[in-house]
Amino acid sequence: MSSAPLLSVAGLRVGFATEDGIIQAVDGVSFDLQPGEVLAIVGESGSGKSVTAQTMLGLTRANNARIEGSVALAGEDLTAASDEEMRRLRGERIAMVFQDPMTSFNPVYRIGSQIVEAIRAHRPDTSKGQAEERVVELFEAVGIPNAEQRVDDYPHEFSGGMRQRAMIAMALALEPEVLIADEPTTALDVTIQAQILDLLGDLNRERNLATILITHDLGVVAEVADRVLVMYAGKVVEEGTLDEIFYDPQHPYTWGLLGSLTRIDRPRPHRLPQIAGSPPSLLDLPEGCPFRPRCPHEFSKCSQYPGLEARVPDSPSHRDRCWLGPEEKREKRLVEGQIGLEAPRQGQQA
Amino acid sequence: MSDAPDSGAPLLEVTDLVKHFPIKRGILIDREVDQVRAVDGVSFRVQQGETLGLVGESGSGKSTVCRAVLQLIKPTSGSIKFEGQEIAGLGRRQMRPLRREMQMIFQDPYASLNPRKRIGQIVGDPLKRQGVASGSELRRQVQELLQRVGLSSEHYNRFPHEFSGGQRQRIGIARAISLKPKLVICDEPVSALDVSIQAQIVNLLDDLQDEFGLAYLFVAHDIGVVRHISDRIAVMNEGKIVEQGTADQVCESPQDEYTKKLLAAVPIPDPRESRERHSGSVQ
Repeated sequence: MSSAPLLSVAGLRVGFATEDGIIQAVDGVSFDLQPGEVLAIVGESGSGKSVTAQTMLGLTRANNARIEGSVALAGEDLTAASDEEMRRLRGERIAMVFQDPMTSFNPVYRIGSQIVEAIRAHRPDTSKGQAEERVVELFEAVGIPNAEQRVDDYPHEFSGGMRQRAMIAMALALEPEVLIADEPTTALDVTIQAQILDLLGDLNRERNLATILITHDLGVVAEVADRVLVMYAGKVVEEGTLDEIFYDPQHPYTWGLLGSLTRIDRPRPHRLPQIAGSPPSLLDLPEGCPFRPRCPHEFSKCSQYPGLEARVPDSPSHRDRCWLGPEEKREKRLVEGQIGLEAPRQGQQA
Repeated sequence: MSDAPDSGAPLLEVTDLVKHFPIKRGILIDREVDQVRAVDGVSFRVQQGETLGLVGESGSGKSTVCRAVLQLIKPTSGSIKFEGQEIAGLGRRQMRPLRREMQMIFQDPYASLNPRKRIGQIVGDPLKRQGVASGSELRRQVQELLQRVGLSSEHYNRFPHEFSGGQRQRIGIARAISLKPKLVICDEPVSALDVSIQAQIVNLLDDLQDEFGLAYLFVAHDIGVVRHISDRIAVMNEGKIVEQGTADQVCESPQDEYTKKLLAAVPIPDPRESRERHSGSVQ
């Protein structure tokens, strides 16, 4: 809000035509990102979080895809950029780290040479030797021990955590301004996850990287994010600062997500608070609020979908899509003293 | 939790279980050059009606333990006693009557259901094979099971692809409990599911345990989930159990260094606490 944002996504809609109809995977997503900021996009499978990220990189361009809205990077609209321009931008200005470090490298080439290739594709006047030196530097920066030897290893010689570090090294090779990490730690063990999250946090601070972290894990979000978008069925249902989302959540879906977490730092509840039902099919969305069939607090007004608006007094950046008033929310979100979603009402699907 | 009449004998008793996988080299003659000590002397007990959680990172040997208990792989050495009977080394035929008593729920609900079979067949197969029910009685029992796990009896004739991940896991659970087993081995049963669905499945497993007096050997890497569902927890690292105790003991006052490290790495979904934790480690 202070200066012009580095990245500005406005009214992004991504639909895919399928045999069964149009799937509106992303339905009007908007957000701004400043340098040095970590934005977390949280949601379940099918919420549209990954499609949002992939669209920013131009990875969802296909014959059956319809992309509307804009993705502006320092003022330049990426949705309008040609494939050639996108290829130049990718890695150079926006880079991505994927979930599965097993499949993100080509198994038959040495890891170092794959990164050298990426560097030289963008910077043709870099000599092979220079690029190789750069890879060793990058490996050291992301904490790969014996960097000089390890650049000559094949992907299978790396453990999962080391492979994810190498992936991050590759993403940083061209010094991008924006890093998108799509479930970067989901495939990793907890001890390794903690190391990778620390690394991402350090890089973000040292290099002033703008980071988008896509995850389903609110524990991971609490460790690294500054701001959070919660997505459900292609739309943002709540957005706010980290503390707003965790300590003053406004949308019942957010309550449900927070409530169903198991916490080793608290006495265990007799029963885990759960969200009833399952996420809706994007081909057959319920009328009005798509969370309505699963929400114990739904009432007549919910047959219309509310806009994403600031509904908490004095918190203009905290916006949500729920008709309940702030007072009602404060009362209804408490289940046995903790934030959570009540058990479903009679007649609701269990 | 154990209210068994003969509460002295555990339902499952594993003693000094060892499973080494050979590493072979050579073209014509395979020479064994080394071994992977996947499970290296593991002992634990599961009482009737209780849940033992087995946690550890990938490669710690927890899945190998599960498979050895079910005799899906032959252990290198050690003893596995089910209701006092030694089962290590039993053949397929000898295991068959025991399979009624021990069942398994798998991690991936997409891979663990045959896509060409209808739900009725999938859930009814154990009943049929063990000769428990057939014909209309089989159908009635399967429909009852489907309802019990939160599905509808109309799902009987559907195929797996028509179901979501959470529903598929319910189908897998219905199949596992169809023979009213005493022990169910759950290998990462919720880790492939969405957050909002995980809690549903954990609660369902809890309910079924109360209703049927099931004992669970619950294997997962998510310590939060394991702690919630388990009476006792065993922590595995590099093929060995490094610590064993009640769920609250292990999580609240861990003794072993590895357990401490593992617990410290679990992200806490509470920004204030997380900042506090980190401010301690910032130089």
